[in-house]
Amino acid sequence: MSNETQSPWFLPVIYVGGLIFGLGLAISGMARPEVVLDFLQFEDFGLLFVMGGAAAVTGVTFAVATRYLNRAPLTASEYTRRVKEFDRNVVVGGVIFGVGWGLSGICPGAAYASFGVGNYPILWAIAGMFLGAYAQGHVRSLIGGNTGGS
Amino acid sequence: METLVPLLAVSDFFPRGILPYLLGGLLVGLGAAVIYLATGIIAGASTFLESTLSYVSDVDRFNRFKYVQSRNWRVVFTLGIVSGAAIWGLVLAPDPTIWTTDVQWWRLLGGGILVGVGTRLGKGCTSGHGVCGVGSLSNTSLVNVATFMVFAIGTAQLVQALGVSP
Repeated sequence: MSNETQSPWFLPVIYVGGLIFGLGLAISGMARPEVVLDFLQFEDFGLLFVMGGAAAVTGVTFAVATRYLNRAPLTASEYTRRVKEFDRNVVVGGVIFGVGWGLSGICPGAAYASFGVGNYPILWAIAGMFLGAYAQGHVRSLIGGNTGGS
Repeated sequence: METLVPLLAVSDFFPRGILPYLLGGLLVGLGAAVIYLATGIIAGASTFLESTLSYVSDVDRFNRFKYVQSRNWRVVFTLGIVSGAAIWGLVLAPDPTIWTTDVQWWRLLGGGILVGVGTRLGKGCTSGHGVCGVGSLSNTSLVNVATFMVFAIGTAQLVQALGVSP
């Protein structure tokens, strides 16, 4: 993927994909923390359709592309699945993310979308995410190089 | 009469209906699919946090090759998310005023910090693990999603039980 910026279509396609992604997050209501909190409090199970619908589309796309398609046209990259190595951090990170998501009702992609729909109090959450990402990166760089992570 | 009972039950579980959730979810998947088919890239939203920090920080972790070489398109991806949501929120949505949140600032900030730590430590978030990882049937992602779901539900219900609203 080192030559991925060579195609003039690369960044426009990323932008359009992000635009559709953000439109979906806004329509689904995930850009509002209240809607996510309603799911976590068992008052509205709609989130299952958001995650399920999205995972079904990516699942079919990954399955078809990895089986029947050759290489991505804009980068000549091979099609792969998203398979990350499992280690203790996957669980510890999941616990910390879960507590944060349950406290705030917002996750990264939905936070960017929330800013887009004009929900400016969400800047508190975005600022927090950068602080948290900085803190873990700083500590992990201090204590032992770049093990794990994505 | 027999059709009335299931209808009531459905509206109990889905007070806002199902259509906006399903349509929104399909579009989220479609956006990821467009990028994947064109470039082979499996895009997640939380890597942007670290790759963007590489512009302003010399911390080793943020300046790894894979962050520095992807940071420009990750900014474009995030701008796309913001734009797509803006098209909906500011132009198409029936009532733009319903979009602001009443969730208190300390919940957003404190939760945001934990989301920033947890998604980066855990190698992904609701889009990377939840949508793309589950779509890949990756065991790592399924374990991560089950973990964050259980702890998010527990936390949200605990906060609600303590009388914090919203």
